Amino acid sequence: MCLAIPAKVLSVTWPTALVAIEEVQYNASLLLLSDVKEGDYVMLHAGFAIEKVDAQEAAETLRLLNEVDKNSNK
Amino acid sequence: MKYIDEYRNKELVLSIAAQLHKISTKKIALMEVCGGHTMSIHRFGLAALLPDNIRLISGPGCPVCVSGQQFIDRAIAYSQLPDAIITTYGDLIRVPGTNSSLEKEKAAGHDIRIVYSTLDALEIAKANPAKKVVFLGVGFETTAPATAAAILEAKKAGLINFLVLSAHKVMPPVMKSLVDDGVAIDGFIAPGHVSAITGTHIFDELAEQYYLGVVVAGFEPTDLMQAILILTTQIENGTPKVENCYHRVVNSEGNKMAQEIMNQVFELRDEQWRGFGMIPLSGLKIKAEYSDFDAEIQLNIVVPQSISPKGCICGQILRGVKQPADCKLFNVTCNSINPVGACMVSAEGTCATYYKYRQ
Repeated sequence: MCLAIPAKVLSVTWPTALVAIEEVQYNASLLLLSDVKEGDYVMLHAGFAIEKVDAQEAAETLRLLNEVDKNSNK
Repeated sequence: MKYIDEYRNKELVLSIAAQLHKISTKKIALMEVCGGHTMSIHRFGLAALLPDNIRLISGPGCPVCVSGQQFIDRAIAYSQLPDAIITTYGDLIRVPGTNSSLEKEKAAGHDIRIVYSTLDALEIAKANPAKKVVFLGVGFETTAPATAAAILEAKKAGLINFLVLSAHKVMPPVMKSLVDDGVAIDGFIAPGHVSAITGTHIFDELAEQYYLGVVVAGFEPTDLMQAILILTTQIENGTPKVENCYHRVVNSEGNKMAQEIMNQVFELRDEQWRGFGMIPLSGLKIKAEYSDFDAEIQLNIVVPQSISPKGCICGQILRGVKQPADCKLFNVTCNSINPVGACMVSAEGTCATYYKYRQ
């Protein structure tokens, strides 16, 4: 029920944004998330963009996980 | 897919597992509260990678499963009204009520439609002005704002035939209730998308009052393994607290816009949960200001007393005190084709997940 998937914003026409999940396109509602621009990734839940995906934080998490990887090989 | 594939990296998953084997000494039980987490854990076989002393228990985070029998029976009763169209997320349609299900009512010719979004339900209301279009509002903080937004849109558009039957619920009270009941839980893997809306701060009280770790996790294998590693580290070091390992989507404050919309339309009320009974201030009621859209007020019909299915231990499974294998019906009379209880119906129900992956 709380399933949400990352979708790329192709264009914004308030109050919706055309988003893509691979080849599938969908007009997502922006009623719950206004600060969205082309190129952003948003979490799509039941037709609504509910939060942006933070690219920097995403990279930082992967960096930390790679640290664990290095440690576990020690 | 970006933001998915990189978090399914097998090497990283195995290295976190190796780290867990290195540091884990205590026998612990961690609860994944969210049904989506239960699905991921079993789909990716994560439990098998953990040391024997770390046990995962599934919690009450499947909204369809925890919705009381009365909610289902009321929805079924609404579907039998001559001028009603029921709109619902797909998970609810097969949940058995006392005497029927929405699926059976649909087969009997009643107008019941599965929608992907609350806004689809709104469009159905616009296209059918002579009908009363009832949306069945289930879900936690992730989902409730979408229902609230639809109510605000209906008000703006002057729609008078769009109604919501709310069974929306909030997460923290049920987590507290589990600990108060004495269910043996050493830490919570907290729901990522609930937290995207609410922020991680809603768990602060739980961590402080009960001295329990609460780690917010995403839904991919590395997300969940990382959360288990953090919780285990906290427990080994005796430093339980709220931590976030889903930074790419969740922050401490959450989505303020969604919170405002949810709070504008809903207020807290005591709510019935399957397996728990009444939990104070754990449900979301439509505020009086929006009562024109409240199905409970506008379609005030009498629903006969609900009876839960005999022998089904869904309630105890939702509380994490029993496993599906403990149920006499599981994989005997209760299976995915003929579900007896709600936990076998929803894709994220504990019984449905265990049945699918045969555990």
